[in-house]
Order: sequence, then structure tokens, then C-alpha cells
Amino acid sequence: MHQEYVYQAFNRFWHWAQAALILFLGVTGFEIHGSIHFFGFAQAVKYHSAAAIAFLVLVVFAIFWHFTTGQWRQYLPTRTNLRAQADYYLFGIFRNAPHPTRRSALSKLNPLQRLVYLGLKLMVIPVLALSGLLTMFYRYPQRFEVLALKMDGLRTVAIIHTAGAFLVLTFLVAHLYLITTGSTLTSNLKAMITGYEEITDDTDAAHGTRPQ
Amino acid sequence: MKRIALALLGIAALAGILLSGLPRRSSGALPLTQLKERFAKKTKPSVDHTQFDRLKQPLVKPQDVTAACISCHNGRHLEVMASSHWNWERTEFVPGKGIRTLGKRNVLNNFCIGISGNEPSCNKCHVGYGYGDRTFDFKNPLNIDCLACHDNSSNYIKATGGAGMPDPKVDLNQVAQHVGKPLRSNCLTCHGFGGGGNNVKHGDLEKALFDPSRDVDVHMGADGMDMQCVSCHVTEKHQMQGKLYSLSSMNRNRSTCEACHTDVPHGDDVLNKHTLKVACQTCHIPTYAKVNPTKLRWDWSTAGRLRDGQPYEEKGADGVDTYMSIKGTFTWGKNLKPEYVWSNGTATHYLLGDVVDPSKPVKMNELHGSYDDPEAKIIPVKIHRGKQIYDTNFNYLIQPKTVSTKPGDGGYFTEFNWTRAAEEGMKLIDLPFSGKYGFIETEMTWPINHMVSPKKQTVTCTECHTRQGGRLASLSGFYLPGRDTSPWVERLGKLLLLMTLAGVFVHGGARLWISRKRKGA
Repeated sequence: MHQEYVYQAFNRFWHWAQAALILFLGVTGFEIHGSIHFFGFAQAVKYHSAAAIAFLVLVVFAIFWHFTTGQWRQYLPTRTNLRAQADYYLFGIFRNAPHPTRRSALSKLNPLQRLVYLGLKLMVIPVLALSGLLTMFYRYPQRFEVLALKMDGLRTVAIIHTAGAFLVLTFLVAHLYLITTGSTLTSNLKAMITGYEEITDDTDAAHGTRPQ
Repeated sequence: MKRIALALLGIAALAGILLSGLPRRSSGALPLTQLKERFAKKTKPSVDHTQFDRLKQPLVKPQDVTAACISCHNGRHLEVMASSHWNWERTEFVPGKGIRTLGKRNVLNNFCIGISGNEPSCNKCHVGYGYGDRTFDFKNPLNIDCLACHDNSSNYIKATGGAGMPDPKVDLNQVAQHVGKPLRSNCLTCHGFGGGGNNVKHGDLEKALFDPSRDVDVHMGADGMDMQCVSCHVTEKHQMQGKLYSLSSMNRNRSTCEACHTDVPHGDDVLNKHTLKVACQTCHIPTYAKVNPTKLRWDWSTAGRLRDGQPYEEKGADGVDTYMSIKGTFTWGKNLKPEYVWSNGTATHYLLGDVVDPSKPVKMNELHGSYDDPEAKIIPVKIHRGKQIYDTNFNYLIQPKTVSTKPGDGGYFTEFNWTRAAEEGMKLIDLPFSGKYGFIETEMTWPINHMVSPKKQTVTCTECHTRQGGRLASLSGFYLPGRDTSPWVERLGKLLLLMTLAGVFVHGGARLWISRKRKGA
């Protein structure tokens, strides 16, 4: 076993800020949707709008970070080990088999994570952001006004926004569970807090060989 | 250390942006303080009418008062004679029916039904003297009743059944010497008592507004701004601003909240966005008939029951009539939540002779509008439901003669004979009566505009933005957040979530089980 520095400071800040905002957006959003009652409708609307703007700002910083540091390459899909990773979650994990992919600062995500995160970043989050912005800034058709964001009503955007919210919520459930599938139950969580991950060395692998 | 500092800096920046994202006070709204200042100035009459010799000379007939008024205020009578208060009709474009002249003269309602044949009683509230039948001279200025609106002594009353003549006991000189701009009491004496009693018709105009508290009406509250009717219903040359869709058809000359408060009156932009589709009244008049009950249903079909050959009355809570032999059965309500409809400012009316479909309620007036209509907003209304006489052969509503002035004239209130009442009434509106009659359900829509509540009592978000039973539950054609969902997205979303949770439990459970087994082994 050795420790390796995997998650840089901004990476961790971004992750936790995003986690908090998404959780908050979920609670306030589903309150506006009428599913739960917590803050009160008026407060929920205010908080949801403010958190949405904060989230967008964070996204802008994150995009800047990804491109200036080259971290965007982390999400490039790969077929290498894709099957192995799926096999691991379905079978290997029960046999205490080693992880098929090795986490390092250069490769933080396994092939399944790459696919899911890329989908979130390119599909779900943009759709949520766009439909959310439209909800905040659209204008009803009005006489004597020419506005770019003229819409007949909220139905379509609201339904798309809700569908996106269900996807993020589902992701959250799976994500929280998969945290426990690291070298130890808490190693992934610790890594995202401290930046350092305990890596099982090849020489430690007593149970089998690591597919490369 | 450097990293922590950077992270803190980032959090601070984020918090700052978060706060700046909160809605701010929008500009453009006229501050309430300015409005309060404007309406705090109460005007006094610029002359003292007790000093005029002309008003000290004996005024015997009410027409003498009018002549005295005109002798100084010359030309003003022409303005009154051009008003709907005098003419009781207006030329309007009625959607679907074209240009029609309509008003109290010829439109039916589902209360006392109509004035034809009943002028001596109904026309107590005409701003004239002696409008007792169709032959009234609308060209004679001496028939104008200046005092009905301008009496400031509160001693002027019109006689019951007197076709607008004053009560004989009124001291005309005393009243004429105490005239001024119309007070709430002048307007409400008629507008609060339409339909034969206090608050019968409107529900939001009644005697409680003579001297209300702010809780009843935030504008007129004696403990508040103490505004008069004419403060909002601004009058120029005797032409009143504002009208009601019980009789009006066109979107014109409206008296609006926005005239003072603008259409972006809130500090909160999200609330201001509402004003495009939601009228001010919808949120700011949470209940109406706050003090005294208003009539919700009038069933004429039960009229005519007698006890020992004599008509009788039954009373309910609050001392209101629940049954009258002369009028039928009534339902009343107090502290009512309005119903809500779309309104674009135009309305259609049931006009004399229109053929009705007996299988559904007749709409005496119908307000137009829908979500898709850029002019339309959601407004609060009282819907008065009635059951009234119609001709079952010709399928049109009947104007019955109800008030009797001489024996044998067919007035239903004394003879209790619908056939005779219909015969006599229909003669006066020049429509044939087949001799066969029945009773038909009718609906009349009354927009609620008064009894605006203080801010604290405003309708709250979740009274509309709620899944079920909200105030706007009956309105469709648009997506209301908190109320509406897509059943498919809800179903699929929940299914996906449950399947994921199930997967977590199965997968996690299996891992737990295996690891326990291993430890045990």
C-alpha cells in the first residue's frame, strides 16, 4: 500500500461545492415541484434561483480549470477495460478481486465513470441548466414587445427540467453507493477529502493479476 | 496553507455571487409613500353652499333643486345626460353579436331579472326623477337628480317604489346647501344594494364600506387612507372611469389598480412576473363578502308558496332571507373564496330574444379569455347562480312583470301568477310569449375588485402552487409549477430511482453477506 496524491485542491473544492449545490438544488427544486415541503414555496423559489446561478458560476470556473489543466481528457471515453470494469462490479467485487483499473492523478476515472460523467457533463447538466435558465428568464408572449426568449408557456421546459432532475437524483444514489467500492469502504471518500488515495501496489495483489 | 486560502477565496466569491443573484427591488414602481401622500390630501368644497340665496329660497319640488344647480353650474347637465348613470345604456361592440346598445334598460340579470314593467321600484336608483316607465323623458334636464350623488349631508334618500323621486320627508333646502364631491355613502346607497338588499349582487360592495376598517378594505379603511370611490373611479365631466362586465362588453374606460401601482409593483421580480397573467385582485382579494353575506343562488321556481293564502318569508343566519313567497329560495355566503376565470376585458351578454339551450345553464354574461390570449389575466369572480323563468316554446328568457302599481296589472309580487306576469312583462319588451313557461339554470359572473386586503392577508404561493385543491385547480391550458406534472416523467423517474435503490440494496447486501461469510470462515 502507498498513498498517491490524486485530487488537486481545486478538484476537491469543485467536487464538494458542486455536491452541496446539487443537493440544495434538489431539495428546493422538488419543493417547487410540489413533491416535498421544507423551506416554504417562496423561499424555495428564491434559494433555487440563487443556487442555480452559483452553480453556473462554479461550472464556468470548472470548465476553465478543465481546459487549462488538460483535465478534460479524464472524460475521454475508452473501451480499454470497459468490459473488465463492468465484470468487476458484477462478479469480481464479490470474489474480492482487485480493481481492474488503477487510479492515479493521470487517470482518475475508470471507463464506466468516464462514460457516466461525460454523459452528465454533456447532456444532463446542460439540459438542466438551459431549461432552468429558460424558466427563470422567459417572457410570456406580449404585445408590443419583441423578446428573444418568448415562449408560450412552461410546460415543455418544466417537464424536461423535471426529467433531468430525476436523472441527477438517480446518479446521486448510485454515486453514493459506489463510493464504498474502493480499496476499503472509505478510501474513496477519504481521497476526495484529503486528495490522497491509498493505492494497492501490484506487489500487494495476492489474489490475481491486474489486467492491463 | 496556500490551498486552503485559495479554497476560502473561492467560497467567498461564490457566496458573493449567490447573494447578487437574489432578486432585487425593481425600479419603475411608484413608491407607496408617494401614493399615500397624494391621497392624504382631502379636498374641501371651494365654496360654501349654505351662503347662496338661491338655495335659501324654498325648494318645493326636487326639480327646483336641479334648476338651482344648473343656474350656476350651467352646462353640467349636458355631461350628466351623456353618462351611463343617466342613460342606463351604452353602445358597445358585443363579441359575436356586433354593435348593440345595452344597459340596465334592456339587459336581463338573474336577480330581480329586469327593469321593464318594474321601473317604479328598480329605478329608485336612476340618477333622475320619475323614470317610472318607458315614456320617461331623457331629454329633460330638470329630471336629473344631482343630490343622489352630491348630497354630503347624508340626509337625502330616495323613496321606495318612487321611480327615483326623493322621500317626501327630505328637507330639500337643507340637503341642497350641503353638497360636494360624491362620498362612499352616495355611491354605495345604490351600488351596495343592487338586487333588492345589502350586498345581494356584488359581494364586494356593501354597506360595510360606509365606514370600513383596513382589514375589510385597505384603501377605504377609515383607519387607513380613507379613500373615496371617486379616488380611483376618476371622473371627468361626469363620465365615471370603470364599469362592470355585468353590462359592459368592451375593454375600455377601465379603472385599474395599475393606474397607481404600475404593473411591476413588487420588490420581488418573481412576483412582478405574475402580473402578466394574474390580475392584482387575484392575490390581493383573498376573500369577499367579508362582513355581510352576499347572495349566491336565487331560485325563482319555488316562489309563490302561500301560508293561509298569505305570502311569507323565512330567515337564516345573519338575518338574511332564505325564502320569500314573492321571490323564491336564496342561498347566501360570507367570507367567500372567489372563483377564478380568464378575462381579456371583453364580455358577451345574454340579450333579449337570444335562444337558449335548456340542457345547460344560460350564461347571462360571459367573460372571454384564455391562457393563450396575450390580453387575458386570471381574475377573481363571484358567480351568481339562478333559476329563472323562460319560455319553453320559444326557448328564450322571460322578462316578468314583478312589481305591481295597480290591481290587476299582473305584477307577480301581488298576484303570484307567472303566466300573467310573463304576458305583461313580454308585452313591454316587444317579444311574444307562448303561454308555456319553465325555469332554467342561469349563471352571472361578477368580477371582484373591491375589499382589497392588507398585504399580510395576501394569497400565499401554495394556495395556487399546490398539487391538489388549489385556488386555480379549475383553470387549465397552462403549466403551473407545483400543481402540474407530466404523469409519464413522474412514473419513469420514480421507477428509475426505485430500480437504482433496489440495485444498491441487492449489490450492497450481497457484498455484506459475502464479507461476513469470509470473516466467519
